[in-house]
Amino acid sequence: MIAAPASPGFERIAAHLQRRARWRWSEVAFWLALLAAVLAFPSRAGFFNEILIAGLFALSLDLILGLTGIVSLGHAAFFGLGAYAAAILSSQGLADPTLGLLIASALSGALGLATAPLLLRGSDLTRLMVTMGIALMLGEVANRNADITGGADGLNLTMGPVLGLFPIDFTGQRNAALYSLGVLFLLFVLARRLAQSPFGLSLSAIRENRLRAGALGISTSRRIIAIYAVAAAYAGAAGALLAQTTQIVSLDLFDFHRSADVMLMLIIGGAGYLYGGIIGAAIFIVVKDVISGATPEYWEFWIGAMLVVLVLVGRERIAAHARRTLRMLVPLKGRAA
Amino acid sequence: MSAPVLESRGLSRRFGGLVATDNVSFTIEPGARQALIGPNGAGKTTLINLLTGVIRPSEGAVLLQGEDVTALSANQRVRRGLARTFQINQLFPDLSPAESLGLAIGERNRSGADFWRVAGGGKAMLAEIEELLTRFGLEAAMDRPTRTLPYGKQRLLEIALALACRPRVLLLDEPAAGVPEHERHDILAALAALPADVAILLIEHDMDLVFNFATRISVLVAGRLLCEGEPKAIAADERVRAVYLGEEAHG
Repeated sequence: MIAAPASPGFERIAAHLQRRARWRWSEVAFWLALLAAVLAFPSRAGFFNEILIAGLFALSLDLILGLTGIVSLGHAAFFGLGAYAAAILSSQGLADPTLGLLIASALSGALGLATAPLLLRGSDLTRLMVTMGIALMLGEVANRNADITGGADGLNLTMGPVLGLFPIDFTGQRNAALYSLGVLFLLFVLARRLAQSPFGLSLSAIRENRLRAGALGISTSRRIIAIYAVAAAYAGAAGALLAQTTQIVSLDLFDFHRSADVMLMLIIGGAGYLYGGIIGAAIFIVVKDVISGATPEYWEFWIGAMLVVLVLVGRERIAAHARRTLRMLVPLKGRAA
Repeated sequence: MSAPVLESRGLSRRFGGLVATDNVSFTIEPGARQALIGPNGAGKTTLINLLTGVIRPSEGAVLLQGEDVTALSANQRVRRGLARTFQINQLFPDLSPAESLGLAIGERNRSGADFWRVAGGGKAMLAEIEELLTRFGLEAAMDRPTRTLPYGKQRLLEIALALACRPRVLLLDEPAAGVPEHERHDILAALAALPADVAILLIEHDMDLVFNFATRISVLVAGRLLCEGEPKAIAADERVRAVYLGEEAHG
């Protein structure tokens, strides 16, 4: 059988396979909106910074959970390691934020690479317990080595300006938020590219059906280890950003609630399309801010309620319903009925 | 006579006290149209799992194009030319047929770990995807999530995916299982049109299909090879009639 060199089917297949590669206007608008928010509200820069860093942390979880289908309840291990690495580098006299970020991120990635083989066997429950256990162990290691980590007192950082130009200490909170936004954007572009590559496609295949992925000749173990290390490096970058921009680290970075919160954010925003982590982090932190302002200690009730509805009803159904309602309220131009 | 493309030597597998595969030695010639039949519980699935590397044998060896692959994992055997389909669909529900085929072709080309290029580029790959879609009648459904395809189309995609690995040997595990009557013809046509140079081992319950398709039949009973031969000889064999065909006759 000989395929014609450029049949109409050929073009259709190419267009279908590459349909997500081109940047959409909505994506450009999303990033411009983030930039505008940081620039427009300098007094809220610390708040935006928190969202951006949590968004990066949730993006890193999306690489393993949303893309590859590997669950983790111990992602804070990499976040905490990145933060502590950045803090310790600073205490050793390395004041340059970007260099510190790179090293911290690489260290977290290395820990991811070393622990990923533990996730290859067993069920989701096994993986939840193994990841949780690793985060617990790491937190205790930080606690015990107080001479380096400051133990229960934590560590303070003294950071120089980003790229030698923009101070990110308490006088430069907007710079700090822009620094976080820059790192988030760069790592997002990288993750987006990765998700659309043949490697990313093979991760989807592993998530969808690991048995068949193996039967197509994919070394599923290697791919899982690779993406886990990348996700760990992303989480480490998020932790390092938090340490550098808030100038403090403490043992609660390794806490179980951090691992649980980041999963909540990702589920709320939607796993698997990369924007969900950032959107979920924004919703989570805004809801927390608004409700805890009105009724402290009560905000988790609403986060909990949102989670139950999202998981039981399903995001697609809610989105479809919202679209229908919106269409009824706002008849779109040129659309019949 | 050419060397066998797939060979098992004294292959055994025990699960505790149960002997699921008992000293099976057989060969598949290049381009063969061979069938493996046997009553329920004869150990056909275990044998397939041993050949493809899903489970390890207790004893014996598997040779693929003359190379001992007993110690190799399933995915390493695929890259050496041994592909399979599954009795129960093992597809990627949220990926489209075009994406699934692109994935399989990319892995075969060793470009599957490429993390920077956008998937689905490359004229050669697109041409091959199109050729496979056309051959298996999947062009119209090529961009739909696989889970929305009719069952018969999903069965065809099962075979298309295995073929996209460009195997030397293809193990078809009950390709027509569960396919409704009006879609059966598509499966049979697809089987008949498989490339002549690919050796095929068909595992099947459907005797019409087996006797139409195969030029050589191996009969497995209680984990052992009972006999092998041409369809005529197998159909006439009293032992086979007793253990297998007789049982089917009332169905």
